[in-house]
Amino acid sequence: MSDTQLRTPFPQRAHVALGDAHLQEALTIATTKFIGLRKESFAGYPAGEALRDRARAIKEATLQRLDQHLERLADNIERLGGHVHWAATGHEARDIILRLCRDRGVRMAVKSKSMATEEIDLNEALEAAGVKPVETDLGEYIIQLAHEKPSHIIAPAIHKTKGQVADLFSKELGGRFEADPEVLTAVARKELRQKFLEADMGITGANFAVAETGTIVLVTNEGNGRMVTSLPRIHVAVMGMEKVIPTMTDLMVFLSILARSATGQKLSSYTTLVRGPRQPGEVEGPEELHLILMDNGRMRQIAGTLREALYCLRCGACLNVCPVYRQIGGHAYGYTYPGPIGILLTAMLEGTGAVKDLAHASSLCGACKDVCPVRIDIPRMLVELREHVDREKIAPWGERVLFGLARRAMTSPALFGLGARLGRLAQRPFVRDGRLRGLPLFFGQWTRTRDLPPVAARTFSERWKDLERP
Amino acid sequence: MITCLGEMFFPEVGVAMVKLLRRLGVTVDFPPGQTCCGMPLFNSGYHRDAALVAARTVELFAEAEHVVVPSGSCAWMVKTEYPGLLKDDPALKAPAEALARKTHELSQFLVKVLGVTTVASPFHGRVTYHDSCHLLRGLGESRHPRTLLQGVPGCELVELPGSDECCGFGGSFSVRLPEVSTAVLGKKLANVESTGADCLVACDAGCLMQMGGGLTRRGSRVRALHLAQVLEPGESA
Repeated sequence: MSDTQLRTPFPQRAHVALGDAHLQEALTIATTKFIGLRKESFAGYPAGEALRDRARAIKEATLQRLDQHLERLADNIERLGGHVHWAATGHEARDIILRLCRDRGVRMAVKSKSMATEEIDLNEALEAAGVKPVETDLGEYIIQLAHEKPSHIIAPAIHKTKGQVADLFSKELGGRFEADPEVLTAVARKELRQKFLEADMGITGANFAVAETGTIVLVTNEGNGRMVTSLPRIHVAVMGMEKVIPTMTDLMVFLSILARSATGQKLSSYTTLVRGPRQPGEVEGPEELHLILMDNGRMRQIAGTLREALYCLRCGACLNVCPVYRQIGGHAYGYTYPGPIGILLTAMLEGTGAVKDLAHASSLCGACKDVCPVRIDIPRMLVELREHVDREKIAPWGERVLFGLARRAMTSPALFGLGARLGRLAQRPFVRDGRLRGLPLFFGQWTRTRDLPPVAARTFSERWKDLERP
Repeated sequence: MITCLGEMFFPEVGVAMVKLLRRLGVTVDFPPGQTCCGMPLFNSGYHRDAALVAARTVELFAEAEHVVVPSGSCAWMVKTEYPGLLKDDPALKAPAEALARKTHELSQFLVKVLGVTTVASPFHGRVTYHDSCHLLRGLGESRHPRTLLQGVPGCELVELPGSDECCGFGGSFSVRLPEVSTAVLGKKLANVESTGADCLVACDAGCLMQMGGGLTRRGSRVRALHLAQVLEPGESA
């Protein structure tokens, strides 16, 4: 999202999203469907729970020796004839790709869906350098046509209804297309086919990279990932450093739970394993393979508050079940990664200051932790982020005064009792039918849409005096 | 343990709980000077302040054999967060862990500690049950409240679609992002009304304040009740 949009306060961005009828329709349909499919998939898979524990343990063990796994991965990819680049920042990662494009005369790049490249605004950088990026995942293709950003980690165009997509295609591609997913997919397929053949470079992310074999793994559903990695003469994969896994056996563990968590599938339609560039005697594959290992704020979290967020597989399950995400969608969050995990990743990439409002965009209901394939304790880390916001004194002044008062009342029964008595007096003008309505100031945030029970005529402590003498 | 919302807004829930426990042969005491479990401070990131509240609560309940709370989130706070908040205080570390062990949410106390699954109650009506987040996911409890409701002869329990989904309360979340909180509540209440129940039952003061406040505002005929008020209906508000 642009800086101008980010200057709109988060509650205001949420307000706009809540008022968008198309968005509300699209979100309800899609998230409800995802939730059901995931639930059904795990219900029929008794081994799933133990595999989730195992996947979590693998992630933790890998982080403990991340440097060794990354070096092994790099050695193996280089042995296969590939190139490995180390990027400390998103800026460096972008520059590496732009330099490759310049040196190799790349005019057009086809891309498969990749949040890592979204994170570094790669498309904008390519366009500025005169290279045409073409998104080939259907959802990404839609939002590229609409000049938007993904609003979900795995379903980038989740915020659009099929009617909106039909209108978009009709306007951008010329023609009149009906709001039928099959028709629209066929249109995109036809448009994209030629692009795959023309492109000089294929750009992907990576769901995993296996250190012991040097294998880059892509999990997709449309087959576009396979085309992007095999048709153009150069393949560039951009991957966060935390995504390396030690062995092929580990990969099987992750694959068995990733698609189930994301879409309820046993496996995604395509699992693409890329092992080096085209070898002598092979008839297909790129001439050059480049893997960019990107830090961009991740590595300092190995010893940081957000360590567990480095386990994330980017399945999107936590978005689908989050009551906040389900109401406001991804764009209102304002950054590349939306939803509960997105708040943590935003803090990782942009610093705690960026999430001082977003850290509170959660009721802490815990549904995210419950569905996370690697059981990341997202609510706990959100509370820890809130604690940072407190410690760094960047919470609003009024809030800090209010919580200071609350602490005093909670540690002094006399003050607490006085609060109840004052409340009883102050509430008098606002009691209607035994309920409080239309309260002023801060309390109005509640009573605008909900009644509040009045402070009881006698508190429990006061009534206890009668109960004590039955 | 009667925490802030129960003390100020829902004293009838505490009274019902006391009467119920006494009827089941439990000796009930109420250490004076209770305020709040400190969760609002903790969840908003004011951990040092929350630790001060936790410290005095631990001291207040040092003598109790069991501590029963009619609110899943407060029980969760005491059970899962107090030990962490007080872990660096040598005088309070062990007492905090002891309090965590002996604290129970009401439905869990009834079924797991007392072994009671049926409670004689004259309550009559069709009810639906909302799983509050901290009781369900925090304390892993979905069964016991339902068992207790089904044990009341005049009580017909209808399952609530999406019973495990948040009601949108979330403590300070409800006033920091009131519009989002209300939108989440709207979904919940539509589900509640679809069941045809007369009463919506939950085991958490926060959820009951949110859902009850939404129900009366929309003029619904559905009443929000705490489990204790179904099991001891003399105290229904």
